[in-house]
Amino acid sequence: MADLSFVRTELVPQKTPPASEVGVIGWMRANLFSSIGNSILTLLTLYCIYLVLASILPWAISPTWGAASLTECRGILHELGREGHFSGACWGVIRDRWTQLLFGFYPSELYWRPILAFILLGVALAPVLFDGVTKKLLLLTAVYPFLCFWLIWGGSIWLPISIILGFVFAIVIYGIVSKATSTLLGAIVAIVTPIIWWLFLAAPFGNLMQSFIPLGIEAVQSDKIGGFMLAILIGLTGIFLSLPMGIVLALGRQSDLPILKGVCVAFIEFIRGVPLITLLFVASTLLNYFLPPGTSFDLVLRVMIMVTLFAAAYMAEVVRGGLAALPKGQYEAADSLGLDYWQAQRLIIMPQALKISIPGIVSTFIGLFKDTTLVGIVGLLDPLALSTNIRADMAWNGILWELYGFIALIFFIFCFAMSRYSMYLERKLATGH
Amino acid sequence: MTMSNTPNPAGQGFQMSQLLYDTRYRSMTIQIVALILILLAFGWLINNTVVNLANLGKEIQFKFLGEPAGYDINQRLLDYNSQDSHLRAGFIGLLNTLLLAFLGCVTATILGVFIGVMRLSKNWLVARVMTAYIEIFRNVPVLLWIIVIFSIMIEVMSPPSAFRKGDASMLFNESVAITNRGVYIPEPLFHNTLGNIPLFGESSLRFDVSLDLIAFLVVLFAGIYAAMRVKRRADKIQSETGERPTTWWQRLALIFVPAAILLTVLGFHLGYPELKGFNFKGGTYMRNSLIALWLALSLYTAAFIAENVRAGIQAVSKGQSEAAFALGISPGRTMNLVILPQALRIIIPPLISQYLNLTKNTSLAIAVGYMDMTGTLMGITLNQTGREMETLLMGMAVYLAISLIISGVMNWYNNSVKLVER
Amino acid sequence: MKKSAFLGTLTAATISAGFAAAGTLDDVKAAGELKCGVSTGLVGFAAADANGVWNGFDVAVCRAVAAAVLGDGSKVKFVPTTGKTRFTALASGEVDVLARNTTWTFSRDVDLKFEFVGVNYYDGQGFMVPNALGVSSAKELDGATVCIQTGTTTELNLADFFRANNISYEPVPIETNAEAQAQYLSGACDVYTTDASGLAATRATFENPADHSVLPEIVSKEPLGPLVRHGDNQWGDIVRWTLNALITAEELGVTSANVAKSSMEAGGNPEVNRLLGTEGDLGAMLGLDKDWASRAIAVSGNYGEIFEKNIGEKTAIGIARGLNAAWTDGGLIYSPPFR
Repeated sequence: MADLSFVRTELVPQKTPPASEVGVIGWMRANLFSSIGNSILTLLTLYCIYLVLASILPWAISPTWGAASLTECRGILHELGREGHFSGACWGVIRDRWTQLLFGFYPSELYWRPILAFILLGVALAPVLFDGVTKKLLLLTAVYPFLCFWLIWGGSIWLPISIILGFVFAIVIYGIVSKATSTLLGAIVAIVTPIIWWLFLAAPFGNLMQSFIPLGIEAVQSDKIGGFMLAILIGLTGIFLSLPMGIVLALGRQSDLPILKGVCVAFIEFIRGVPLITLLFVASTLLNYFLPPGTSFDLVLRVMIMVTLFAAAYMAEVVRGGLAALPKGQYEAADSLGLDYWQAQRLIIMPQALKISIPGIVSTFIGLFKDTTLVGIVGLLDPLALSTNIRADMAWNGILWELYGFIALIFFIFCFAMSRYSMYLERKLATGH
Repeated sequence: MTMSNTPNPAGQGFQMSQLLYDTRYRSMTIQIVALILILLAFGWLINNTVVNLANLGKEIQFKFLGEPAGYDINQRLLDYNSQDSHLRAGFIGLLNTLLLAFLGCVTATILGVFIGVMRLSKNWLVARVMTAYIEIFRNVPVLLWIIVIFSIMIEVMSPPSAFRKGDASMLFNESVAITNRGVYIPEPLFHNTLGNIPLFGESSLRFDVSLDLIAFLVVLFAGIYAAMRVKRRADKIQSETGERPTTWWQRLALIFVPAAILLTVLGFHLGYPELKGFNFKGGTYMRNSLIALWLALSLYTAAFIAENVRAGIQAVSKGQSEAAFALGISPGRTMNLVILPQALRIIIPPLISQYLNLTKNTSLAIAVGYMDMTGTLMGITLNQTGREMETLLMGMAVYLAISLIISGVMNWYNNSVKLVER
Repeated sequence: MKKSAFLGTLTAATISAGFAAAGTLDDVKAAGELKCGVSTGLVGFAAADANGVWNGFDVAVCRAVAAAVLGDGSKVKFVPTTGKTRFTALASGEVDVLARNTTWTFSRDVDLKFEFVGVNYYDGQGFMVPNALGVSSAKELDGATVCIQTGTTTELNLADFFRANNISYEPVPIETNAEAQAQYLSGACDVYTTDASGLAATRATFENPADHSVLPEIVSKEPLGPLVRHGDNQWGDIVRWTLNALITAEELGVTSANVAKSSMEAGGNPEVNRLLGTEGDLGAMLGLDKDWASRAIAVSGNYGEIFEKNIGEKTAIGIARGLNAAWTDGGLIYSPPFR
């Protein structure tokens, strides 16, 4: 009898998977309709999305870009047979006023200055934010704050230069004195000299140089600055100036000198315990009382001071988080190398702690940037306050959603981009394990 | 600080230079110098203030707090009229702040946990929608959200006049009215009320305590306590004999029957809102400014909490859920019993700061005319009396106190659930 | 370190002589510009156009003062102030004059230590209701929801009115006119109350203004005017008499069109000559030159012209002169004589 057992000598060709498991259908089955509950959830979500779009789109699609006033918009919509309160958006207001929402009352022929400052900001931040950028750009980063303020406020170039000179003095003097006598004395002299320079000599020096070699651009007053430019400016100032303060506060909070620690903790907890809006009220109504009689800063500056103090407290907590996340071995290693406190901080601890803190710093900045909408409450022309001002024009009185939508969109674009960057950074910094 | 301990050679006395160069004394020197500098700075600020105020002919005094406020407050948890003092107005505002903060924290937590869990859903669409929600709410200023939600409520809901004309109607058997002025819901009333106890006499802090409410709460909590005792006994029996007596109906009865009896005795009934004149009358009235703020603050903060929750869940090691699945526990129970309790320890510290943020953000209420403390004490009172120094300092002190209390309580809770490490 | 640098610069750059030091006039002349506190945006009274140029009834007063003092009506720095910040801004010297429809009241004048230099608009608080509500008097408003613009004397007047008439109401305080308008139009409040001028301006922008009416009751006196700090009488006089010059100019028929010509004609109406400096030297008594008043009038016209251009009946706002007509026309606008 022949052997009836059958052994297949070749593999059965692979069958294509059933249509329900691959392609669009398969994907939908796996991701949208994997169970009854999931299917219901999917349908519900789709319905919600439909509801939202159905209420917004017919309103938003509206051929009113060219209109010069709300009445004209109503006329255009009327001709199309679209009547009623929510018949269509009036986009003419955005065409008419978008530069104002971005720049405030800044003279239009000088728009290139804030734009240039903004572009330079990207260049100046590149070596800090991204790897693989030449470190020579750090020089620009160091000079950038002065450059930015000079570009936006204008005036003589000698003023920022005389300020920078203060720093140069500090470094030079520290080098000379600390070599000649002691480091401590060097540090004290290096701190005191530039302060004296800034308080008493910088302004006369600037004026003097200006009278010899007049170099400057048209000055713009701070009441001309508004809109998103003001928001970005306040946010940036807050972050940059609060960073050094925040580091000092964080170190103070971690130090084992009880008085210093107490002061730092009290400051941080006070600032974090009260709403920003009350601090802004203080800036707008009380700060002048605290300064010597006869001093008067303009409001933008006072708000910047308050926002900086505010951001410093949050920054201190971010930096403290970075310090805490550093393995203890790093501190011990620094000690074992015989480094003193400041050397250890400068060479070992801070570079690592700050790197860990960058995502936190970015999110503090996003928060601060969003909080700049509050400055409208004390009379500065932030985007929201400008929208009130635009509505005070007879042509646009009664416009609401178009302005809110535009402002929200711009805020979203900025903040979303920054939060994505911060996430990218988190992934990049999550090294090993 | 390196602790180099150079002993003082015998025979050599204390020298001034040791204050700077001896690490034993240096920290003391630095601190004393710092203290002196700080005190000087404070003295300078106070001196400036005194001189400036003297120049303006003003002086710091709190007498204005006792004067009649002269303005009305629409939402008041306690009785108030325009002849009450500024202090009373500030107190009413403070209660409104606390109410808003409490409501906001509760809903933000619930929403945030829900959204954070949903964001990790296997359903692609749901996960994407939740991500979109989080990004949209996180990246637009909360002030804008408050104004937008308020405006939407005003535009979309019907005004009371529409109810009069019959264009809109009340919900749930004529008991709830949703108007663009707010929501009217039935209020609890008692035929045989026990009355109120007035506290603090005629002072600015006076308030009435409802005995009905207290009696109800006492009975309810007593019932809950008794139910817990029953449960504990059942647990004990189960661990001793392995058999669990059925107690759920006993426990339900213990909680609800005494409360229901009390309500019947007191003559509990609901007062329904009714359209009278310009507005609805009767019922509990939740103003749309409160609802808009409540919604905006909870939705905004929920987006942040959701991210914390997601991070917390993802930080729980995958082995935990695999172990739970291996034991045959369903995904829902795994989340509730295994993952969330562990994630909670990671979630709580950022949650504290979200609560603090929400509480501080309640100060934006003035944007929609909700009369919180910023609107009364630091708002109209400040405008009318021109006492910016006094009102602002008082307001800041109160906010600071609220923040410290919240963080104190939450830190205490955090310590109590923290994993005790060996 | 960057921090102190920043402060250092700005201290050096921006410390300016404040209130206690030299007179405000000298400060303004030294700065070369007048710092004028205005509203953050109020239809007809202060608003910036697409180019950032401020216009309005209050703004015109600032420009007139700047023209009188500095010779140029455009040398004004407009400082937008809110109801909360306006008084501090003036007290701390942040602004030299506040023209932000501010009601002249006893406590503001005496307790807050300001000097109201006059009245440029006689206003009063009124109520606006939709006609559909069928209300013809404010006393029928029992139980109504009332939208109020905050930061003004409005809340107090309202509380007084309803208490005096023993009727109940539900106040809805609102920060800006724009929001109040949205609430009122959507029916979230039955009544909108603010100064009658504001009601007229708001009503003018409605899609159907005829569907709304302003009730006859005016529940308060709201004399609105520019104000300065107590104590600097010379500066107070300058602002006061600039305002009076605008008012007198209308009375005497001097307009922005003919002011240049009138000042030429010595020997005409003697009061015109005194006002415009062709006879006598009133300007010197103020510490200004002879032509101060003619410059102030030239920049945006006399009181009547300013009124007509910004809020008058020919504009969309369409406010009738009423109480704000010159006294010769039966109104209250009246200036002491120039002599």
